Amino acid sequence: MANSDVPTLEVRNLQTHFFTRAGVVKAVDDVSFSVRPGEVLGLVGESGSGKTVTGFSILGLVDEPGRVVGGEILYKGENIANASDERMRRLRGNNIAMIFQDPMMTLNPVLRVDTQMIEAIQAHENVSRNEAWERSRAALEQVGIPAAEERLKSYPHQFSGGMRQRVAIAIALLNKPDLIVADEPTTALDVTIQGQILYEVQKLCEETGTAMIWITHDLSVVAGLADEICVMYAGRVVEHGTVNDVLDNPAHPYTLGLINSVPSRNRRGEPLAQIPGMTPSLLNLPKGCPFKTRCPRVGPDCEIEPAITHPVTARDVRCHYPVTAGEAAAPTSEVTA
Amino acid sequence: MTVFIIRRLMQAALVVLIMSFLVFSGVFLVGDPTEILVADDADQAERAAVIESLGLDKPFHIQYLRFLTKAAEGDLGESFVFNEPALQLILDRLPATMELAIAALLISIVFGIPLGVIAGLKPDAVYSKFIMTGSILGFSLPTFWVGIMLILLFSVQLGWLPSTGRGDEIHYVFGFPTSLLTLDGWSHVLLPAVNLALFKLSAVTRLARAGTREVVHQDYVKFARAKGLTDQRVIFVHVLKNILIPVVTVLGLEFGGLVAFSVVTETIFAWPGIGKLLIDSIGLLDRPVIVAYLMIIVLLFVFLNLMVDICYSLLDPRVRLQDIKA
Ligand SMILES: Nc1ncnc2c1ncn2[C@@H]1O[C@H](COP(=O)(O)OP(=O)(O)O)[C@@H](O)[C@H]1O
Ligand code: SF4
Ligand SMILES: [Mg+2]
Repeated sequence: MANSDVPTLEVRNLQTHFFTRAGVVKAVDDVSFSVRPGEVLGLVGESGSGKTVTGFSILGLVDEPGRVVGGEILYKGENIANASDERMRRLRGNNIAMIFQDPMMTLNPVLRVDTQMIEAIQAHENVSRNEAWERSRAALEQVGIPAAEERLKSYPHQFSGGMRQRVAIAIALLNKPDLIVADEPTTALDVTIQGQILYEVQKLCEETGTAMIWITHDLSVVAGLADEICVMYAGRVVEHGTVNDVLDNPAHPYTLGLINSVPSRNRRGEPLAQIPGMTPSLLNLPKGCPFKTRCPRVGPDCEIEPAITHPVTARDVRCHYPVTAGEAAAPTSEVTA
Repeated sequence: MTVFIIRRLMQAALVVLIMSFLVFSGVFLVGDPTEILVADDADQAERAAVIESLGLDKPFHIQYLRFLTKAAEGDLGESFVFNEPALQLILDRLPATMELAIAALLISIVFGIPLGVIAGLKPDAVYSKFIMTGSILGFSLPTFWVGIMLILLFSVQLGWLPSTGRGDEIHYVFGFPTSLLTLDGWSHVLLPAVNLALFKLSAVTRLARAGTREVVHQDYVKFARAKGLTDQRVIFVHVLKNILIPVVTVLGLEFGGLVAFSVVTETIFAWPGIGKLLIDSIGLLDRPVIVAYLMIIVLLFVFLNLMVDICYSLLDPRVRLQDIKA
């Protein structure tokens, strides 16, 4: 196992804002976490909570009118939040790779798969086309694409969605990165293929010691995959801890709401407890806690924006009235009653 | 592929047939060529002889059928004025027009694509706004006025470039006469080509800009950057290859337009091509030449359409010829 004293990636108080005509959109506002070699961090939250922008910030791919305006992104101890374009280019795809959400849109439609794989190797290493081709073939086989030699000559439209995502994963693995940011890579796929890909990616990371940030809006996906999870709401981390702790004893009302809205076997037939209301617009967040308009526990203190606290050991929570272990079980006991 | 081409050729034949009817009846309605062809002091008998020798005494449908059967043999009639086969007249002057149109096409591509990509990558930059304003001018200024201004500036004021005609030194390439092998030839073609290109240049610039703006926001461009590719590779391979598809389509279709619109430019710059021949022939009501000109233009458009579809399928792997709605 690699030296796990220095995290592969540590994000501290990251802030990424978009300076739009309508105002400043604080898409990421105070996000902190870290991942170590071989670990999987689950980044969970509803759509629009800032997960993708967090991922792009790590790779230095935030486009105008967005900018990383605060915090540190430490890759093996080196702060890359303001690194030069060339430094970032060398890190991207080589040390830090990313897999995108929609496999139908990720590959260039007019370039053959071999072109798109070989260029990813040659961008970082001075190797012959033949060698790069051979490595591409091996990478396709590694992710379970049959007849890899044939497939290399194909264009993206000749692949199914699941196969395209495997190609994208193979591309991410090409240069043996230390960190992979996987942005909802299975959301667009059907459940069977989602399961296969989850299993394979997990295996690959264990074997190679690659650290991974797995972004999803689906708690049940991270449950079996991640070591730690970070729950995001309106650009902020609202709860952070090990996956078992957080799922068994959620401390933030939003996390609890997410857990209760996941369909599960022992509550079959039951209407799902959706969190009421909608994610507020980032342009006019309510004063105080951004969750207060939807929160069942709202109290007088919620007019002031909560800071991170540690109500339980090894847990970060951003709430004035965190849920305690006994209460969290309440909805389940009602069901059995 | 073969099925596609055969089907397209049959459609093309139909288009040409319909156009021949429209062209012929259109010209039939316009003016009476005998007034110009027959001397004023000619008597009734002389006049009748001329009319009969040209077949102008026959009713419309007979004239049209005769035109069709002859056209099938490659005979589009004899010019009333030159007493030469009309087709030969056109073909003699076609190379000069082609030369002009190709030079204009090259100018549109070589300047239009880079300008459009530059403006598309940084749409808010001052130079991008400048490029777009220029393209609006290129669209809206009348060709004849720009032509005259070009002559005034570069030929009259500065004296850098000749204002009329084609280079004198003609060389033959694969049997086609061209003056573009000499500097003198290029100095002659430059002004008319710029004049003719202006409209297309603006169109290509705007098209390339619109394409670039759309493509740079696609996930696959971001993914290409996430792989750590250099900006050059992302732009020249990932972006450019995608925007070339609409640009090539439009350029191919518009090449016919270049040839057809060369009429104005050729007249201003006294360029000895088919456009100038057409204007002269219209002035003299030389029906067979007008008809032959229009038929050649129709054939050109039909041919270019086919070529564009084939190029399209080569550039875009998702398109196969049999899928293109023929
Ligand atoms: N280019 C942009 N311009 C303005 N706002 C943006 C832009 N990209 C993202 N955002 C804002 O950032 C927020 C978070 O987006 P995102 O990270 O994609 O959410 P998630 O991935 O969690 O669904 C969005 O609600 C949106 O308002
Ligand atoms: S701070 Fe108040 S409103 Fe916000 S989550 Fe906690 S209880 Fe709810
Ligand atoms: Mg997202």
